Amino acid sequence: MSATSTPNAPTFVAKTKGGRITNFVDERVGGSGILREFGRKVFPDHWSFMFGEVALYSFVILLLSGTFLTFFFDPSMAETHYEGSYTPLKNVEMSVAYSSSLDISFDVRGGLFMRQVHHWSALLFVASVSVHMLRVFFTGAFRKPREMNWVVGGVLLILSMAAGFTGYSLPDDLLSGNGLRIIDGVIKSIPVVGTYISFFLFGGEFPGTVIIGRLYMLHILLVPALILLMIVLHLFMVVVHKHTQYPGPGRNDGNVVGYPLGPVYAAKAGGFFFIVFGVIALMAGFFTINPIWNYGPYDPSPVSAGTQPDWYIGFVDGALRLMPGTIGDWSVEQVWFGQVFSFNVLLPALVPAGIIFTVLFTYPWIERWITKDNREHHVLDRPRNAPTRTAIGMAGFVWYCVMWAAAGSDLIATHFHVSLNDVTYWLRALFFVGPVIAFIVTKRVALALQRKDREIALHGRETGRIVRLPHGEFIEVHAPLDEYKRYKLVGFESPSPLPAEPNAHGVVDKKEKRRALLSKWFFEDRVAPATPAELAAAHGHHGEHEAIESGESQKTLSH
Amino acid sequence: MKALSQKRRHPLAAIALLLMGLLVTGGLYAVATTVNQAKATTTFSANDAEEGEKLFEANCATCHGMGASGTQDGPSLVGVGAAAVDFQVGTGRMPMQMNAPQAPKKPVQFNDEQTHQLSAYVASLGPGPSIPEASVLDGQGDAAKGGELFRVNCAMCHNAAAAGGALTRGKFAPALSGVSSKHIYEAMVTGPQNMPVFSDANLPPEGKRDIITFLKQIEANGSPGGADLGSLGPVSEGLFVWIAGLGVIIAFTIWLTSRTS
Repeated sequence: MSATSTPNAPTFVAKTKGGRITNFVDERVGGSGILREFGRKVFPDHWSFMFGEVALYSFVILLLSGTFLTFFFDPSMAETHYEGSYTPLKNVEMSVAYSSSLDISFDVRGGLFMRQVHHWSALLFVASVSVHMLRVFFTGAFRKPREMNWVVGGVLLILSMAAGFTGYSLPDDLLSGNGLRIIDGVIKSIPVVGTYISFFLFGGEFPGTVIIGRLYMLHILLVPALILLMIVLHLFMVVVHKHTQYPGPGRNDGNVVGYPLGPVYAAKAGGFFFIVFGVIALMAGFFTINPIWNYGPYDPSPVSAGTQPDWYIGFVDGALRLMPGTIGDWSVEQVWFGQVFSFNVLLPALVPAGIIFTVLFTYPWIERWITKDNREHHVLDRPRNAPTRTAIGMAGFVWYCVMWAAAGSDLIATHFHVSLNDVTYWLRALFFVGPVIAFIVTKRVALALQRKDREIALHGRETGRIVRLPHGEFIEVHAPLDEYKRYKLVGFESPSPLPAEPNAHGVVDKKEKRRALLSKWFFEDRVAPATPAELAAAHGHHGEHEAIESGESQKTLSH
Repeated sequence: MKALSQKRRHPLAAIALLLMGLLVTGGLYAVATTVNQAKATTTFSANDAEEGEKLFEANCATCHGMGASGTQDGPSLVGVGAAAVDFQVGTGRMPMQMNAPQAPKKPVQFNDEQTHQLSAYVASLGPGPSIPEASVLDGQGDAAKGGELFRVNCAMCHNAAAAGGALTRGKFAPALSGVSSKHIYEAMVTGPQNMPVFSDANLPPEGKRDIITFLKQIEANGSPGGADLGSLGPVSEGLFVWIAGLGVIIAFTIWLTSRTS
C-alpha cells in the first residue's frame, strides 16, 4: 500500500540470509510453484502401487554402483596372465576384461561388494519392473488413457533385459561366454543373413576380440540413456494421467483419493529408497552373486554344467531347451537350396518371445476393440471382476513360467531326483496344455470369488451364531456389512456381451461379427454385482434366502 | 639272415608278418594302457584276499556272480582293480541299494578293513588300477593348472564350481565337495557309474594331482562373496531375488502403506 515503493524494489525481502538465498533462487527458477503443484499431487496408497518405485530406486542404485565399477573395469579382450590375489587362477591366461573383473572382486577395496550390489539390484530391477507390469495388467490400469504408458513400460522391460544381458556378458568368464555363444548361435540361425550379422557383431568369427568392448559401450552408454529417457516419459505420463486407484467409497473416474505428495508421502518415498537400498546392500553383503572366480576365463571349448542366463533371459533359454531336434523322423534342421535352416534354434529363440511381446504391446488395443470401451478409466478393476482378462493374463504367466522352469530343468532333475528327460517331456506337454488349464481354472476361480462377494453383499457375514425360532426352525444369524465394505463388493461394472452393431452404412461386416463373437467370449460368463433392488430385497426378507439365492447358472444373473 | 630272405616268398610269409604286426601292436597297446595300473604299491596279504572272498560271496556275488565273473544283474569285476572297489564300497555306492539309473552315495556298509579285504580279493582276480599313492593325493600340486584341467575335462558334468549336474535319464554327476582326495583320484582312474575313465595316458597322475589340489583349495577357500546359494549359478540367484529380495520388499511396502491409526 505504501506509495513510496519504487517499481523495481523487491516486493518481498526475506529476514534471514538463508531465506534471501532461497528467494533469489526461487525468483529465477520458480521452484515454489513447482513444489506447490507437485506437493499437492495426490497419490492413492496401496502396497501394490510401489513396485514401480522399487524399479526406479533399483535403477538409481544401478547407476551409482555401475559408475563405481567403471572406474576399475577394463573391457579389453587382450590376453594377459592373472597376477591378482586369487590363487586358484594364478598365472592363468585370460582376457584383460576378466582379469579386471577379478581385480574388482579381490583387489579393489569394496569392489566385490559393489559388484554384488550392482548385480543384485539388476536382478531386482527387472523383477520389480515385471511385477509392476503384472499389477498394471491384472488391475486393468493399461486402459484409456494409459495405453501409451503401458507401451513405454513394455519398452522399459525390453531395455532392462538388454541392459542386464549386456552386463552379464562383460566379465568374460566361462558362464558369460557360454551365454554369448548361445546368442551367437541364435543369430547364426537366422536364415541367409544370420552368419553375416554374427560376423558383423563379433567383428569376425566368434568370439573375436571386440565384442566385450562393444557390449560395454551399449551397457554403460546407450541402454541406460534409453532407459532414462523412457523413465522420464513414463513418469511424465503418470503426472499427466494421475495415478489410478482401487475401487472404494467416494472414488470414481473423476477424482483421486489419497495423500498429497508433500510432505508425508515424499518422506515415505524417500525413506523407501533407503529401504530398497538397504535390502540390496544386505543381499550383496551376505549372499554371493555371479561368483566369476568359480567359472574361470572364457574358452570356447568347455561348457559347464548348470550354465544358465540370469532369470529374465531364462524363458528364452528354457524354450531352447524344450525344442526337440527331430519330430518323429523329421529333422527340424533342414537344408534347402544349399542353405541350412536351423529351425530347432530359430523357432524357440524367437517365436515365444515374439508372441509374448506382441500380445503385451497390443493387448490394450485388443481389449478396447473387443469391448468397444472408449471411456477413461481411473478406477482399477479387482482382478476377479474382469475374469476373462485375468484368465488371459494367467495363461500367459503360466506359459512364461513353464519356459522359465525349463531353463532350470537340469537343477529340477538333480534336486528332485527325477530324470532330466522326464522333466523335459512334462514341460513340453505343459508348454501347450498349461496355459489352457490356467485359463479355465483362473476364470472359474474369479467367477467363484465374484459369487462369494455377491453372496456376502446380499446376506452379510456368517456369524456362526445359531438361533432357534419359536416354531422350531434353526437359522444362522448373518451380520450385515457396513456400507464401506459393501461398496467394495458391489461397486464394479460387469458388462454383458456387446452384440454386433451395423456400421455407418447399416451393414454388419465380418470384422464386426468376429468382434461380437469375441465380446461374447469375453463377457458371457459373468456374475453381476448385487443391485440396490436385490440388496433391499435381501435385507427386507430375512429368512427367505431362496428367493434371491445367487443361482448356479451365472448367465441368468446378468440382469 | 639269408634263410629269412629266402623264405620271404613263402606262402605263409604274409600271415606270419600279419601275426607279428598284430602282436607288436597289441603288446604295445597293452603296455601303454596299463601304465597307471602297474604301480601296485598297496600290498595285500593272501589272508586279505581270502577274507575278501568270503565277504564278496556273502554280499556281492548275488549280482556280480561267483568269482566276480558277472551276471545279468551286475558286471564282471575281473580287472577292475582295487581302486574301483575302494571307491564303490568306500563311498557306500556298493552294495547297491536298488536298481536305479545310478548308485548314489550313501552311508558305508563295510569298515575300512573289510573294504581293504574286498579290494584285495578283486585285485587278485586280474590286474587293474590300484589304490593311489599318497604322493598324488597331497594337494600340493598346481591349483591354477588343476582348475584349467577341471574346466576342460570335468566341469561339463560336475559344474565349474564342482556343485554337480544332471545327466540324461536320471543319471547325474555328483557334487565334489566333501569327497576325499583318494576317492576323487580313484573315480578318475576307474570311471565309476557314468563317468568316463581318465587314464594316465590322457590325464597323467600329475594332472590328477593338480585337479585334486584345485578342488581342495576351492573347498577350503569357501565363498568369498558370502553364502554361496548352492553354487548353482543364476537359477538359485533368480529364485533368491524373487523370493527373499522381493518378499522382504513387499513386506516393507505393506508396512509403509498400512495406516498407523
